[in-house]
Amino acid sequence: MISIRDLHKYFGALHVLKGIDLDVQKGEVLSVIGASGSGKSTLLYCINGLEAIQDGAVTVDGTDVHAKGTDINKLRQKLGMVFQQWNSFPHLTALENVALAPRIVKGKSKAEARDIAAKQLQHVGLGEKLDVYPGALSGGQQQRLAIARALAMEPEYMLFDEATSALDPELVGEVLDTMRLLADEGMTMICVTHEMGFARDVSDRVAFFHQGVMEEIGPPAQIFGDARSEHTRKFLANVR
Amino acid sequence: MFDYNFHWRPVMKSLPDLLEAASLTLQVAVLAMVLGIVIGLCLALARLHLRGPVYWFATAWVELARNTPALFQLFFFGFGLGAFGLHLSPYLIVLAGLTFNCAGYLAENFRGGFKAVPETQIRASRSLGMTPWQAYSRVVIPQVFRIVYHPITNQMVWAVLMSSLGMLVGFRELSGETQFFASRTFRIFEYFAVTAVIYYAIVKVILLSSRLMAARLFRY
Repeated sequence: MISIRDLHKYFGALHVLKGIDLDVQKGEVLSVIGASGSGKSTLLYCINGLEAIQDGAVTVDGTDVHAKGTDINKLRQKLGMVFQQWNSFPHLTALENVALAPRIVKGKSKAEARDIAAKQLQHVGLGEKLDVYPGALSGGQQQRLAIARALAMEPEYMLFDEATSALDPELVGEVLDTMRLLADEGMTMICVTHEMGFARDVSDRVAFFHQGVMEEIGPPAQIFGDARSEHTRKFLANVR
Repeated sequence: MFDYNFHWRPVMKSLPDLLEAASLTLQVAVLAMVLGIVIGLCLALARLHLRGPVYWFATAWVELARNTPALFQLFFFGFGLGAFGLHLSPYLIVLAGLTFNCAGYLAENFRGGFKAVPETQIRASRSLGMTPWQAYSRVVIPQVFRIVYHPITNQMVWAVLMSSLGMLVGFRELSGETQFFASRTFRIFEYFAVTAVIYYAIVKVILLSSRLMAARLFRY
């Protein structure tokens, strides 16, 4: 379980997250929606420790992410992350991209890492592209490569940071399909997204962020059909 | 037209000596480059990530190496240190001068290379559980290496050609050796013409092998 208590995050004087309380259960799919600058992405970075926090706590399966003694590299193996700008490693083939972390972080043998990588690339529909360099892949394919790369570490949670925002419209579908597939397989997911269809159809719960505050959280039916907050209704009226 | 008779025989006679001197030239240039790459990498990282005395030391090195004549740098390690009672051999003077100069230029190449690799590559690596060192050595540095590969080749060529300044501090590398024979035989034109051809050949070989190696190294 990911558990967030009274989380405060500042960038200099800018108060980006203003006391977030949130629990995400194993197997749950949570979508986080809200306008740009509302703190959604920062929340993800605070969960896997890529950003320091100024107050409060984030624990993953009982381990405090930001505590001094925490082995953050070990903890991150549980937390797969997919970025808006897919960030594939351009100097490595698709297979090497995926095999790198299992090999050097988990200490798998070359052959083992290769097998894991081939399996995960198959999984996201890139089984034909094992020896291709990212430069020769489309944005959608590179994003699926990034998903495979994260999955190869056998994470227990997946964090998606606007995984489809930087893609051409016609490439969004293939990435969303891959995310749906993971949700169906029971992966625990936190998806920061602007894809309202995905949020409504796939999530167990939807959280709406507004200016660093979690305004509202609930089942998709409630958020999309019967939002309590004025801000949520306004936001949804604008994106539709 | 000219009242000059070419005499190539003395040059041909001392060709083995010239080629031996050429191998010395190549040796000192390669050594200076190896040291220059290691030091240049450290200087670049210091300038990117550190503050305080180490940063200032690295910056001063880069500024002096790039903004003063290479010949003066050589003279510093020769006559400059000599004035304080520290006498280096001609070989060491040239090695130190070349290394100092190359490290300064390479540091700036590396710094540009590091800046060209997006910060997000490190974030992505760290999110997979890599340590900062793993992220640097497996993800960032291979990409930097490609970016600086051709500038490094240029620097290598420059090191070979610049080593000819060694003759001004008494080093018998290719130019020093040429000067020595030329002044003994007065066949100045002939000697320097042949030596120019040797320099040209050395540089050509460096450029060709660099291109061949690039084709093997960089498939993306």
